[in-house]
Amino acid sequence: MSTSTTTKNASPGLVQRLTKNWFYLTLVGIAVVSLVRIVTDTNDLDSAGTLRAAIISTCPILMAALGGLWAERAGVVNIGLEGQMILGTWGAAFFTYHYGPWVGILGAALLGMIGGLLHAVATVTFGVDHIVSGVAINLIGAGAATYLAEAVFSDYEGGGPRQLIGLDPPTIITKTPVISEAALDLADKHWFFVSDVASVVAALTTNISTLTFIIFGLVVASAWILWRTSFGLRLRSCGENPQAAETLGVNVYLYKYIAVLVSGALAGIGGGFLALVSSSGYGAGQTGGRGYIGLAAMIFGNWRPGGLLMGALTFGYTDSLRLRDTDAVHALLLLVALALLLIAALRAVRGQINGAIVMGVAGALVLAWFLLTDSVPREFTVMTPYVTTLFVLALGAQRLRMPAADGQQYRKGSAG
Amino acid sequence: MNSVRLRRVGMALLAPAIAIVVSVLVTTIVIAAVGSSPGDFWSAMFSDPSPRLRVNIINQTAMIYTAAVAAAIGFRMGLFNIGIEGQYLMASFAAASFAGAAYLGGFLNVAVSIIIAVAVGAAWAGIAGILRTTRGVSEVISTIMLNAIAVTLVGYLVDRHGVHEGNSVHTKTIKSGSMVKGFTPYEPRDGQVWALSILAVLVGVGFWVLLNKTRFGFDLRASGQSQSAALASGVNPKRMIVIAMMLSGGVAGLVWLPALFGDAGSYGTSYQSQLGFLGIAVALLGRNRPLGMLFGAVLFAFLSAQSNTLTFGTDVSPSIVQITQGVAVLAVVVAYEVVRRWRTRLERRVVADEVPAATEATA
Repeated sequence: MSTSTTTKNASPGLVQRLTKNWFYLTLVGIAVVSLVRIVTDTNDLDSAGTLRAAIISTCPILMAALGGLWAERAGVVNIGLEGQMILGTWGAAFFTYHYGPWVGILGAALLGMIGGLLHAVATVTFGVDHIVSGVAINLIGAGAATYLAEAVFSDYEGGGPRQLIGLDPPTIITKTPVISEAALDLADKHWFFVSDVASVVAALTTNISTLTFIIFGLVVASAWILWRTSFGLRLRSCGENPQAAETLGVNVYLYKYIAVLVSGALAGIGGGFLALVSSSGYGAGQTGGRGYIGLAAMIFGNWRPGGLLMGALTFGYTDSLRLRDTDAVHALLLLVALALLLIAALRAVRGQINGAIVMGVAGALVLAWFLLTDSVPREFTVMTPYVTTLFVLALGAQRLRMPAADGQQYRKGSAG
Repeated sequence: MNSVRLRRVGMALLAPAIAIVVSVLVTTIVIAAVGSSPGDFWSAMFSDPSPRLRVNIINQTAMIYTAAVAAAIGFRMGLFNIGIEGQYLMASFAAASFAGAAYLGGFLNVAVSIIIAVAVGAAWAGIAGILRTTRGVSEVISTIMLNAIAVTLVGYLVDRHGVHEGNSVHTKTIKSGSMVKGFTPYEPRDGQVWALSILAVLVGVGFWVLLNKTRFGFDLRASGQSQSAALASGVNPKRMIVIAMMLSGGVAGLVWLPALFGDAGSYGTSYQSQLGFLGIAVALLGRNRPLGMLFGAVLFAFLSAQSNTLTFGTDVSPSIVQITQGVAVLAVVVAYEVVRRWRTRLERRVVADEVPAATEATA
């Protein structure tokens, strides 16, 4: 087994290189944010409160993105994430009302999974076009949640045809002894770098839902399952080359079913988070297209767990900003400008002159926007995830690599 | 020969029939599951629509049909224009703004507004087309993003430049001289069939002529069925993608105009969203054929309009028809696939029966 030994030899080097890289990147990132915060004098840019809101906005997007990753890694495009998420919001509310929040989360996963099952039956068993099936599932999901809410929640306490409020959230960690206060104190000092790190610590230890940790845990678990187990290898092989997988004895249909069911369940949990943590109950139209943003975050992250985490955090952060101080949004422009100019410099060093010029010009434009205006309309922050995704796709489509057989129909026995 | 053709027609109708049966069954089960009476529901749904509802059904049919044709133009060439929703939003807003500003008078104002709507819809869809051809970005993703951008952009523009009235905001109201009302088939209180619904008829006929009687339509269908064959016969695939996308967006731009000039008079709270997704659903239901989509549009408009009667007399909420519509779409695409596989197997068997002698001879 020469392959396994090479992997063993190669993996520590790779991991080391990556962590080193990530570690330095994070340090530079925090330093830049801190600098922008001090230069623009907007402490709200990364205060503990802002970060807490950002984490809450990130979680549903992250779940949708992770759901998209599971399905697409097995070769099934899941546009139905939005519908599965909507089903999740209803499921979370219904099961929480009767059995408490933790069963509620399971209920959200179950409802999302039903949406996933529909998608799997249509796309895997019957070979229907993935996009068509996804569009239909979004219609069904939205219709089913609306109808079931009107039919069921109207008679509940705190319920109405379009909402069910006053539900218990999953356990919240209000305060971690010692750490919370120390971190908050330190963050209030507004020192360079130190206070920014303290803000992060404070946001992660104070008033945070345990479900948040579970969600981040699910990302790590998914990454491990998909990339470090033989199950994951088989699942991904269905997305890269199902014919080859079949000749090696992989039950392609089974793996695709599992992947799409997990995908639906994850999107459902994202919906559950929206209903139980982001707000205190079900509301019609609660998802607001977050399933699509999740899809965008996944593409932004190049169909990889680390990348989609970055994407979800970026989109979650901008999503949370619209509820906060407009000054912070304006300061964000400087941050974006600096980031673009940094990337431009990086590309110039690597000798990618065209990319460097495009990025440099974009950076300069954003910088000019920052210097010439005092505020940014709130609507523009809402647009950010979508515009960013379009730009990333337009500029980086050549460097993005989706699973080779993603979205293609596959029929058993077609390997010949 | 005749029996073969008969069988072919039978098979073509089989899939929609299965889909309708399935969606009726699912709807019935869902209603029964939450403890309401399916009997009451169906009798309310199949009661004779009141004059007011009939007018409503015609108006809705026209708008849904236009959206369906827009979707079908893309589908026929293998493009997924999920962005109809955003395209007709941008177009409706642009047309309403222009018409409301009253640079021109009377029908000239209407005509130019229609052209603007088409141009804006085409341009918004064109972004996705150009991203696809120059940068290889999937039109599914880009149109989804463009939908979301359109919603916020229009929200921003209306808020900034619109007329604020209490809590609501709308574009400047179109002067009555530039409204195109329509005709009143029943009592005035039952409403009007909007005159610009005629656009849907023109679009439908135009779609049929384009597809079946023109070189472009042939190229379009060829590209949809086989990119490589189309390329070999001299079709420029990139050009086709951009043109088809813009054509689809242009038609999408017309979707809400009947309501704008017939009743609403401005872009504001009376704007009807979701028509784009209904259009996609109807295009799938009607197999992208002009007549099939007409059937689908009438069915969807009937379900939506008729569901309003549910609030009287039954405890079933009108949103149940959204489930019916969604299930119908999913069921029809599955049923088409099943019928297609069945037919392939049948044809194979027929061929196998007819040619055993020939195979033996060559072997």
